[in-house]
Amino acid sequence: MTDVVSPVSGIPKTKAGRRDIGIKRRYAAERRFRAYGVAALSFGIIFLMLLLWSVVSKGYTAFQQTMITIPIEFSEQTIDPQNERAANPQKLMTANYPVVARNALAKTLGVSVDDRVKIRAVGQLLSDGVRTQLRDMVVANPAIIGTTQNVALLAAGDIDSAFKGQINLSVAEGNRKISDQQVTWMNQLAESGVLAKHFNTGIFVNGASSRPEAAGVGVALIGSFYMMLIVLVLSLPIGVAASIYLEEFAPKNKFTDLIEVNINNLAAVPSIVYGLLGLAVFINFMGLPRSASLVGGLVLTLMTLPTIIIATRAALKAVPPSIRAAALGLGASKMQTIFHHVLPLAMPGILTGTIIGLAHALGETAPLLLIGMVAFVANYPATPLDPSTALPVQIYMWANEAERAFVERTSGAIIILLLFLIVMNVGAILLRRRFERRW
Amino acid sequence: MSTSLILLIVAIVGLAGYGIGARRSLAIAGGLSSKLHSRPGYYGSFVAVCAIVPAVFILFVWLVASPAVISSSIRGSFPEEVKAQSEAEQGLAFGMITSIARGMNVLSLEEIDRIGSNPVELRSALGAKGVPLAGDPQPYMIEAAGNLNTMTYASRLAMTAVVVVFSVLGAGLAYRRIAPRFRARNRVEKVILVSLVVASSIAILTTVGIVLSMLTEATRFFTHVPAWEFFFGTVWDPRFAAAGSGGSEGQFGLIPLLLGTLYIGFVAMLFAVPIGLFSAIYMAEYASPHVRSTAKPLLEVLAGIPTIVYGFFALTTVGPFLRDLSSQLNGLVTGDYSNFIQAQSVLTAGFVMGIMLIPYVSSLSDDIITAVPRALRDGSLGLGATRSETIKRVILPAALPGIVGALLMTASRAVGETMIVVLAAGVAARIQLNPFEPMTTVTVKIVNQLTGDLEFTSPQTLVAFALGITLFAITLCLNIYALYIVRKYREQYE
Repeated sequence: MTDVVSPVSGIPKTKAGRRDIGIKRRYAAERRFRAYGVAALSFGIIFLMLLLWSVVSKGYTAFQQTMITIPIEFSEQTIDPQNERAANPQKLMTANYPVVARNALAKTLGVSVDDRVKIRAVGQLLSDGVRTQLRDMVVANPAIIGTTQNVALLAAGDIDSAFKGQINLSVAEGNRKISDQQVTWMNQLAESGVLAKHFNTGIFVNGASSRPEAAGVGVALIGSFYMMLIVLVLSLPIGVAASIYLEEFAPKNKFTDLIEVNINNLAAVPSIVYGLLGLAVFINFMGLPRSASLVGGLVLTLMTLPTIIIATRAALKAVPPSIRAAALGLGASKMQTIFHHVLPLAMPGILTGTIIGLAHALGETAPLLLIGMVAFVANYPATPLDPSTALPVQIYMWANEAERAFVERTSGAIIILLLFLIVMNVGAILLRRRFERRW
Repeated sequence: MSTSLILLIVAIVGLAGYGIGARRSLAIAGGLSSKLHSRPGYYGSFVAVCAIVPAVFILFVWLVASPAVISSSIRGSFPEEVKAQSEAEQGLAFGMITSIARGMNVLSLEEIDRIGSNPVELRSALGAKGVPLAGDPQPYMIEAAGNLNTMTYASRLAMTAVVVVFSVLGAGLAYRRIAPRFRARNRVEKVILVSLVVASSIAILTTVGIVLSMLTEATRFFTHVPAWEFFFGTVWDPRFAAAGSGGSEGQFGLIPLLLGTLYIGFVAMLFAVPIGLFSAIYMAEYASPHVRSTAKPLLEVLAGIPTIVYGFFALTTVGPFLRDLSSQLNGLVTGDYSNFIQAQSVLTAGFVMGIMLIPYVSSLSDDIITAVPRALRDGSLGLGATRSETIKRVILPAALPGIVGALLMTASRAVGETMIVVLAAGVAARIQLNPFEPMTTVTVKIVNQLTGDLEFTSPQTLVAFALGITLFAITLCLNIYALYIVRKYREQYE
């Protein structure tokens, strides 16, 4: 009442200053809030960059390998002193090839063969892999015995790391893996061009090896390839069939509701549970072999199915009902409508979902550990029933190795895996851009 | 004949049936497809379906049933004294017989004749061919192995014949039914529909398979170790009982693993929730379309990176960094340069897992925030609230149930995550609260228990299934509850 009858007392109040609604404080809060958002977003992106950088900076050197190219004298005296290779071909398999290589290197370095201490150190410059390398050369072509050939030999893992600058040479000699003498030799060889870095094809084609310089992801690539093939062949038709039924035919009842909830749940079941399922059902119950890419493929198929079903259903839902009505109106049966008209129109979406599902399956590790793919496999698997490994499992196995040079290999393998994933995802994006239709 | 060859024959019969059926239908209609009830292709498909489906079904049933029939017949012919032995010993004898039978396939006929029923000679002959036997076989086993080989051979032969005959018969019968008024399309479509139903029930079968396989194996585990000792035990020490030591099988307490899982998951959520939520809010409410269209895919790349890569990152970068950082800090403060954060620790695993979870939180909450109706936003802004006030007082409360659902889904991922914790959390199962010390999780122990060369019936291996079903139950509950919340919330605005 007083306010109304005596405006004199009210007016000056408003004139004196607007009611303090804390506008400054509120705007400051607004800016702070916004800054939190920016900070959170950049934190995520910075860590993405950091992760990629850490992998790439550690791993890019894995694509180069230090090789020592020297003339090697395949002397008959060392390889086959009694000249019995015609009678006993086994002789060529068991000959002492490391000595052949070591002596050749000693000759290049000017070290006397009789200096036992030094000659041992010379031998350590070379990888143990030279044994198989030279053996394969000789077995393939026994005629080279007695001749001298220029051969690029694998340098030992420690020399490889040292040459790439990954071993700190300022540490006291006793605390590092290569001696001062070896470093001198290494520099001497590098100056004369005998020791040099070459592109490392080995990492793509070799199988498992306990020596980092000879280890590669060849077997793992083939195993992963088989698995992806199995996943594609099984999960695409089954997934599409299931989604067509659920989206186009299924009556709305308890049973289809159950399937619906089920699929959503299966998509969120931890992948390791699928590994347990595979172990119990495929290996123990059905008696399929352990470590086989067939079992891995089946497990990954079950894991990928929900993803593909969810993507396919979304793609089918996006096709407008007018297409169905038009086809039905022209006398097509329901089946014909779906298979001749709806499905082709939904295909880009289905394929995009499938590729993304496959990419997930390619990077999946945990279930494969349980079905015995953690195996030391040096030979290429000829069929999906042979033991093999997979790319992510190979990464896991290498990550557990203690040797420094394996960190580089692991990062190299991760780069290969990421490249595959990038190619698949970019393919999916391009497919979507190119063929997606907006209705 | 190998199974794949039989399948090939059936496929060829089916393909031929398709061609013949299609041409036959046209010929019957005098070349006018308009006189037919269905297009000629459907008649062809009908013949092909009749040729393939029953034959493949029989093949499958035969392949599953015949080993069981043969084995029971062989076991039935065991001498009486063997039959009197325990089930396990009979199983061993049968295993021996199958390996002899496999070996005899490698031997030539003369060799088999020469061996006759001399066990010692058989063993050495098989050894030379690379088929080792566990012990000297008994004479009756050699006879049984011979029988086994004959029966297997006969069964394969009969199977081939029956399958091929059924395939041709099916095609022939279908061919005879072709007539202009025959509704081939309806029949074929019915078959397609049935196969669609079968495909969609695979989802159910998977769940049933998961639950059944894990329940049976876990039940076997609980016959060795009482359930309450597993669920409420506080010590995890699955000692491998040395042969002959008897008794002591170690302790299988779930509690330390469960605590480790929850602790690491909690630390991960501590990082992921604020960062993911603020990113989502920023992208949904502040960011220009340009920023949004670059930042969103970048964040989603984080979700596409395989978890093994995160594990490696934790193992080689984050872990050592935290360890060195802690020793530097310790040195600055106390002068003692020893690290108080272990390279493998709850913090390392939780932090890296948190980074992995950011995109899940952000994209799920982004969807939910953008789904809040425009009118609520406009109303609040129109009344003079700033944007952040609108978000805090109006949008977040409205989106809260959905966000809680999203967080529950993320939490279930954190609980089930394997590779990061395998590489970064350590293997020591203990109950403690220091985040700088290693702890272990359920998933780590599943991997540890199953990646050795272990006998499959020992409790050390079977415990993995008990752990697995626990994990499955936890994530299932989280997910169902989350789905329930999200669905209910969605209905509110529709």
